[in-house]
Amino acid sequence: MTDKLAQPFQQAKTAEMAQGMLEQEVQGRSLWADARARFLSNKAAMVSVVALALIVLFSLFGQSLSQFDNETIDWDILGNVKEAGRPSIENGHFFGFDENGRDLYNRVVQGSRISLAVGIVGAVIAVLVGTLYGATAGFIGGRVDSIMMRLVDIFMSIPYMFVLILLLVVAGRSITMIFVGIGLTAWLDMSRIVRGQTLSIKNREFVEAAIAIGVPTWRIILRHIVPNLLGVVVVYATLLVPTMILTESFISFLGLGVQEPLTSWGALISEGVKSMNYGTLWHLGFPLFFFVVTIFCFFFIGDGLRDALDPKDR
Amino acid sequence: MNDQSPLLSVRDLKVWFDVKPQGAMPWTAADKLKAVDGVDFDLMPGETLGIVGESGCGKSTLARAIMRMVPSEAGTVLWLGNDLLTLSKRDMRVHRKEMQMIFQDPLASLNPRMTIGQIVSEPLKTHHPNLSPSEVKERVREVLDRVGILPNMINRYPHEFSGGQCQRIGIARALIVKPQLIICDEPVSALDVSIQAQVINLLMEIQEEMGLSLIFIAHDLSVVKHISTRVMVLYLGNVVEISEAAQLYRAPGHPYTQALISAVPIPDPKAHENKEVLILDADLPSPLDPPSGCVFRTRCPHAIAECAQSKPPLTERGNGQQVACFVL
Amino acid sequence: MALLEVRDLSVHFDTTDGTVTAVDKISFDLEAGETLGVVGESGSGKSQTVFAIMGLLAQNGNATGSVKLAGDEILNIPTSKLNKIRAEKIAMIFQDPMTCLNPFLRVSDQMAEVLTHHKGISKSEAVRQSVELLDAVRIPEAKKRITMYPHEFSGGMRQRVMIAMSLLCKPDILIADEPTTALDVTVQAQIMQLLDDLKKDFGMSIILITHDLGVIAGSCRETLVMYGGQQMEYGTTRGLFEMPTHPYTMGLLKAVPRLDIETERLATIPGSPPNMMNMPKGCPFSPRCEFADERCSTTRPTLDGVVGRKVRRRACLKSLEELV
Repeated sequence: MTDKLAQPFQQAKTAEMAQGMLEQEVQGRSLWADARARFLSNKAAMVSVVALALIVLFSLFGQSLSQFDNETIDWDILGNVKEAGRPSIENGHFFGFDENGRDLYNRVVQGSRISLAVGIVGAVIAVLVGTLYGATAGFIGGRVDSIMMRLVDIFMSIPYMFVLILLLVVAGRSITMIFVGIGLTAWLDMSRIVRGQTLSIKNREFVEAAIAIGVPTWRIILRHIVPNLLGVVVVYATLLVPTMILTESFISFLGLGVQEPLTSWGALISEGVKSMNYGTLWHLGFPLFFFVVTIFCFFFIGDGLRDALDPKDR
Repeated sequence: MNDQSPLLSVRDLKVWFDVKPQGAMPWTAADKLKAVDGVDFDLMPGETLGIVGESGCGKSTLARAIMRMVPSEAGTVLWLGNDLLTLSKRDMRVHRKEMQMIFQDPLASLNPRMTIGQIVSEPLKTHHPNLSPSEVKERVREVLDRVGILPNMINRYPHEFSGGQCQRIGIARALIVKPQLIICDEPVSALDVSIQAQVINLLMEIQEEMGLSLIFIAHDLSVVKHISTRVMVLYLGNVVEISEAAQLYRAPGHPYTQALISAVPIPDPKAHENKEVLILDADLPSPLDPPSGCVFRTRCPHAIAECAQSKPPLTERGNGQQVACFVL
Repeated sequence: MALLEVRDLSVHFDTTDGTVTAVDKISFDLEAGETLGVVGESGSGKSQTVFAIMGLLAQNGNATGSVKLAGDEILNIPTSKLNKIRAEKIAMIFQDPMTCLNPFLRVSDQMAEVLTHHKGISKSEAVRQSVELLDAVRIPEAKKRITMYPHEFSGGMRQRVMIAMSLLCKPDILIADEPTTALDVTVQAQIMQLLDDLKKDFGMSIILITHDLGVIAGSCRETLVMYGGQQMEYGTTRGLFEMPTHPYTMGLLKAVPRLDIETERLATIPGSPPNMMNMPKGCPFSPRCEFADERCSTTRPTLDGVVGRKVRRRACLKSLEELV
């Protein structure tokens, strides 16, 4: 008896619940979310992210940990760096002194800042210019594409190290000139990669569908092409940062890079190598450590991103 | 038979592609690949026109030429009295909401980075930009419900759906702007048999409800015959026969149609026992260098000397059957 | 003793999301000179079954059970032994011939290499035999064409080259995995007829895997219906098509539009094929089956009858009377 009475009530309740379930929108997992999950589970990449974050923090706020600055020369140490300039926690000169009696810890902080800036600014220029240039060439196609890409070919055929050195010799050595020089050449590879990707995405059916619907060209590029391009761009950009840092270091190592009193990892390593025979190995060791760790971190992160974003397993 | 004026009327449509021969210099003239070479047909309101043909016969190119997604060499595409091929880009955009398209690969035709809601609402947002977000959402839910996708799935992404569901989403995207014509480019050939029937039924139901016209392109003759009112057979960019669907199977007029129909395997062992398959010899000729006269003559068992000289015109054979052949 | 005896063949894949069962306890016999059709939708495990027989499973896959070729076990045997069997006893052709043909080598070199390697005959003799085979698969002007590269052939011709290559060592069994799916109907008709003729000429057995019921009806005497990695029904093709006894086979046959029969509306099977990652506990077809009850969703049916007996066998918990 009670069962029979309860039944319609229950039915109404189930119907209500079903209705409620229909109203409630199910959240989907986007490809980005999938990629994030895969990236977060990649141990090497996650360790690298943490290490890199520490290095960035070090370059930004490292100075406040030390009571010294990067310019003051300690005249007492000069001439006796090997004996009196060793790294020591007690006297506050964590990384010791450099050849000129300055606090090496602060010099490394300053060098990190500049090296990272060069790497990141270079990569950003490459990403912005390269992506726009490549996507435009690829999507418009035809003659415009031919002309734009031949231009890239011509630029690429000029040995860029030679151009960079020439630029620094002619226009004077400065950090701005390094930015200009690196920016001039870094986007070339990027534009080629982006163009290739655009060509393949352009022929995918969903772009065709968008054209059939009548979506304007700029919206197709922004909503359909670029989001599907970003994976490749992000991976390449991550791998580009260490390349930029390496280039700057190489230039600085040759003595053409940043000028005193500014410094960079490359410049510091260069000095460290010069003073190696005097037995002051810490001049080389500290900047080299940061340099190598950073490069490795970027490579691991790039690898992790590539595995996470790889469209092949879709 | 039908005294209404046609919705779509295609006359002498030609689509030629430039193909550079191997090792060509930049200044050598390109060869012309005649993907579609002079196609005429009318489409009545509420009718389903099936287009069949083998790969490379130009059926997909024809669809894209009507939608103006590839440039045409010559001809007219009259849509409700306007020649689509001469319209400006802006005027063409206005007409795009009246004709929509469904694609072959269900997953590939949906942008993997967009949610189902975004994908389905895109045509609506493009053609009715001043609708409020709640109105758009309402319409999206309505149309998803119609094609059998739970409307609460709008925040999901395409890769979370099966092939059949993705094709339903593709259909929803085409329906949302209430078009008068939907061009279906092999909509079921990538689907499993059991799913294929669901999608075919859905298309037929929707067509009846909304009074749509369909152009249904497929290589599977059985499917085309099932869904179409009339069927057009293409061979190397030429129409060889247009006929009522049932008539085409009962009395195929063109030798190519006959071969095509005899080659379709019928899922019934008994039917195979007393069936003779007309095996076509030789390969499909290259569309870069099609045979002179009738394009089918190189493989035709009935070819005569006249076939090589001029192209047979489509001629009326009664019962609304038009055949392009000198012999039969 | 049958030429090929497959018993309780299962295929598992280790993935990051756990172990996936692609094929679940398949058993069948193949007699000499017979054509067996294996029909199923995507994900039904039909291709993985033959990959397992051929020892061609992906790295993370492993097969269990037994596969006996003329009485000798060939499942999970060392690659060196398997290579010999693969070339001389069982050959395979695929949907896309280009995956098996090296695009950088002439057809003559590829075909002759197989012969010189396995039979140790001279190159010129090998080429001569290859031309003969290309003639056998009716490639016109075989002598001239044999020096061409694979991409210079049309789709149908490429599949013929592929078939000729698979016949080089006169195998006992030819496994054809969707051989005509990528081809047009008129070409499909040519290839199916060719396979039929070759079977008689060479005295081979054929396992034909396809999703196309029409192709099965045209060329197989016996048919195995697979769904979700399991056997659903087995029997003579004629009997199966005339009177299917499994709800899946019944639904499948009604869902195909037919050229020779007018139908107003196609019957459909609701729902979608099961997800490998998330198989139903009971009968894989139960979520879509109109006859299914509680028992079907918890108990997994097995193929009734005895393996090797050429009678109708079905895997369904419902009796025939209940399926009306």
